[in-house]
Amino acid sequence: MTSGQFHLLLDGALNTIYLTLGGAALALVLALVAGLARARGNRAVRIIGGCYVEIFRGLPTLVLAFWFVFALPALGWQLDPLWAGMLALGLNIGAYAAEVVRGAIRSVPTGQAEAAVALNFTRAQRIRHVELPQAYVAMLPPLGNNLIELLKSSAVVSIVSIPDLTFNAQLIRMSSGETLPVFTGLLFGYAVIALVLTGLMRLLERHAVRTLGREPVPGVIRRILRRAEATA
Amino acid sequence: MSWDWDYAWDIVPDLWDGMKVALEATVYGYLIALALGLVLALARRNKHRWISLPIALLSELIRATPLLVQLFFMFYLLPEIGIRWEPLTVGAVTLGIHYATYTSEVYRSGIDNVPVGQWEAATALNLPRRRVWTSVILPQAVPRVIPALGNYLIAMFKDTPQLIAITVVEVFSTARELNSETFRTLEPFTMAGLFYLVVALVMSGVLRLVERRFGRVRST
Repeated sequence: MTSGQFHLLLDGALNTIYLTLGGAALALVLALVAGLARARGNRAVRIIGGCYVEIFRGLPTLVLAFWFVFALPALGWQLDPLWAGMLALGLNIGAYAAEVVRGAIRSVPTGQAEAAVALNFTRAQRIRHVELPQAYVAMLPPLGNNLIELLKSSAVVSIVSIPDLTFNAQLIRMSSGETLPVFTGLLFGYAVIALVLTGLMRLLERHAVRTLGREPVPGVIRRILRRAEATA
Repeated sequence: MSWDWDYAWDIVPDLWDGMKVALEATVYGYLIALALGLVLALARRNKHRWISLPIALLSELIRATPLLVQLFFMFYLLPEIGIRWEPLTVGAVTLGIHYATYTSEVYRSGIDNVPVGQWEAATALNLPRRRVWTSVILPQAVPRVIPALGNYLIAMFKDTPQLIAITVVEVFSTARELNSETFRTLEPFTMAGLFYLVVALVMSGVLRLVERRFGRVRST
């Protein structure tokens, strides 16, 4: 592997990470708004949220990416391809995550909302101080899965020539003709990024569980240490 | 550039031809995923470590990496080991394998949710192992997971545009083709997107009917 190829892969990996994080930020905002709208909004707001979820769950990411890269300029908007990719990914995953948020808010026991009413909280206070903090803990694990989905679908945008990890690996394959090592490396590259993201999400989950005053389930490392103590 | 309705209607038949290809890949891929998923689920429950562990590791690797990369992998490497398939076949098989790792988890949760008393009763009746599976466990496990399996049909259909990357001529390749002929971008890509949306919505409707018809555990 030459240094040029290495730089190409590094740039690609960085772009993949940008796409994933940018898409995730957009998806999170959309998911919170649409999820809250669907779980706690009035009828009109619920319908708008529902339309967003139904439409963007039914549209493949690639379709959105194509549209933003090729059709939008025809309407007089030219987006930077990387932004177009983030937008497509965020809109798509946001629709899935909105359902997660809705489910999490609904999973908060009714007694909690009743207690907030009994304490004369306003609706906004009830949602902000009672329901969301508890829903937040419940929604983290499935949102972590959505994040991995997002990382995987980010490869799709390479088809519309956004220079991410997959696109740059293709460039190297074409110039060097080394098919097997390039694609094997690519598979493991994505797996490593996925592992790092999963690890970070687990840390966040453990922290979130603590905010509710519960003890988190011991992690892998702690379990191994305990086993070592038990045998010693 | 403004929207031209006449042109938008004119290209529908061409796009429909592409959609037929996408649906073909989806149907074959889904059948593979349903069958192979069950095999994987049973293999992962196998008590021999040297069977269950490699299967588990491979499933995890497949699930942590993008489908597109797997498509490239198969498309470029199968010819090198002497397998020459049509791109559409490669696509359907790859979709099938990719989603089999997902459906196997669904089957597994279905099997794990069969009450333990059912196993015990079947064993007490001295049913042979094969009969325990075919007459007791699977008839109770599979209907319960039909809704979850159905979700993957739609997910798979939504992944078919990626087949462009391995030279399959489907809806979006057709849209690109039209775009290069007429230099119009808005209509081909928007109509192609609408096509996907409509078919996906029809699919969810059909799935609901299937759930109602087969989604119950038969009690005799």
